[in-house]
Amino acid sequence: MKASPLQKLIVFVLGWGAALLMFFPVAWMVLTGFKSEIDAVHSPPLLIFHPILSNFTHVIHEGDYLGALGNSVGIALGATVLGLLIAMPGAYAMAFFPNRWTKDLLLWMLSTKMMPAVGVLMPIYLICQKSGLLDTLTGLVLVMMLSNLPIIVWMLYTFFKEIPGDIIEASRMDGAGPLAQLRIVLLPLAGPGIASTALLSIILTWNEAFWSLNLTSSNAAPLTAFIATFSAPEGLFWAKLSAASTLAVAPILIFGWLTQRQLVRGLTFGAVK
Amino acid sequence: MANAKPKMQHRAKLMRTWPLLTPAVGVLLLWALVPLAMTLWFSFQRYNLVDPTISGFAGWSNYKFLVESPAFLASILNELVMVAAVLVITLVLGVAFAVLYDQEFPGRAIARLLVIGPFFVMPTVAALIWKNLLMDPVNGVFAYIARSLGFTPLDWFTHAPMAGEVMIVSWEWVPFATLILLTAMQSLDRQQIEAAKMDGARGPQILRYVILPHLSRPITIVMMMETIYLLAVFAEIFVTTSGGPGHATTTLTYLIYQKALVAFDVGGASAGGVIAVILANIVALFLIRSVARNVDL
Repeated sequence: MKASPLQKLIVFVLGWGAALLMFFPVAWMVLTGFKSEIDAVHSPPLLIFHPILSNFTHVIHEGDYLGALGNSVGIALGATVLGLLIAMPGAYAMAFFPNRWTKDLLLWMLSTKMMPAVGVLMPIYLICQKSGLLDTLTGLVLVMMLSNLPIIVWMLYTFFKEIPGDIIEASRMDGAGPLAQLRIVLLPLAGPGIASTALLSIILTWNEAFWSLNLTSSNAAPLTAFIATFSAPEGLFWAKLSAASTLAVAPILIFGWLTQRQLVRGLTFGAVK
Repeated sequence: MANAKPKMQHRAKLMRTWPLLTPAVGVLLLWALVPLAMTLWFSFQRYNLVDPTISGFAGWSNYKFLVESPAFLASILNELVMVAAVLVITLVLGVAFAVLYDQEFPGRAIARLLVIGPFFVMPTVAALIWKNLLMDPVNGVFAYIARSLGFTPLDWFTHAPMAGEVMIVSWEWVPFATLILLTAMQSLDRQQIEAAKMDGARGPQILRYVILPHLSRPITIVMMMETIYLLAVFAEIFVTTSGGPGHATTTLTYLIYQKALVAFDVGGASAGGVIAVILANIVALFLIRSVARNVDL
């Protein structure tokens, strides 16, 4: 039974209509970033205008944008690399040498992710304050790494599970120790899986806003916190807000688009593939 | 003695794996237990960072003070309204989009990317762009559309603040539901739909009897994952309304934040924290059960 031309047209119109509506706020933000402040608040809203680049250059040269960008990159990479280093051996052990506690261990790790951050806001804030980690990259890297660790372990675990155990067994017979197995067998085979785990961790860390707003003030503030400074009503410039937002969102949006299929696994703890 | 050898092998395996597991399990154990124990301890203490003279054991007074404050009941209700409204919107649209983007049409791959896009927009950006560029009662796009249709523009964050928050948060989470449900749709056996059509089933019946049963498990998972994240919504409120006007958009999460880092009332914030943990754990219990049932470990 083939769809009629009319049905095809309806699907086409609905499909593109919904997509454009969903994406409109992002597109409008990008567009507004190229407007002058006067054009940005113009009513009726302007679709055709004289595009300028000065908002972007202004944001880059005069604000704390570059510092915040550096912090975002540092926190995302730091938390991801540290998280992978800690998670990989554990995920490897559970995937290839499961024992009767493996399932409980995995579920317990999942349960730590269920802890609402606000429930431990005060202790984490005080611990950071007492140990001098408040408003530092180290503090934020540690907190973000820990809050994403269960997801990293789970995602790696589901990717490792797909590698036939026999290959590991064979390499072990040939005398490879755990580290050699990891390097020679696992990394090449699970490379794509490890890469998408890393990307998910970068995306989640980049966009995390609870800890970054509450544990930083100026030194270690990443882009999420930098953008929040635009909420002060006295300093609100739509075009500059849009330009700064576009710069903050663009890299991670592209990352997300590239890995969308693999993300599903990490976001649902392997329950949907 | 017959099973001595497997036992030894088993033990040998344990010997090899515990050093590998220790780092991940160790740090997670610290992360999960130490702060929680501290929250519990603080919640029974008189402890205020700006007034060191307040100290000592507080008994249940932090809880009593919190629960009896007018903001508390409002915050619980706001939290529930936000979670329920966003869940309904994202699940309905998520299922609709999953079915829609499962169909073939020219440019489908790009249309899908556009729908998924908002999920990758950081919360502070999403909230400020919506609040200003779209929802501003004077210069926003919505105000323009309302005026050109002959309506008076709505001042969202004065007259319908919670609806405004729900719209922003839903926009961020519809892509999540769509992405997961679309992935799940792709494992649906096409022949089932064809067979149903042969039997004379029409669109709504196919949705009701073929598609929804197939999606029931992923829907459950989306629902619970979202609930966990939605209970913790913070940045959107922080940059748009700061919980106001009055307590209109103060959720439990936001109330605890205000007690913690605005009033520096460690005891009160911790009592709220304990309540938030208990609420989240009720959801978590269901989530973990269903993951445990559904995942092949």
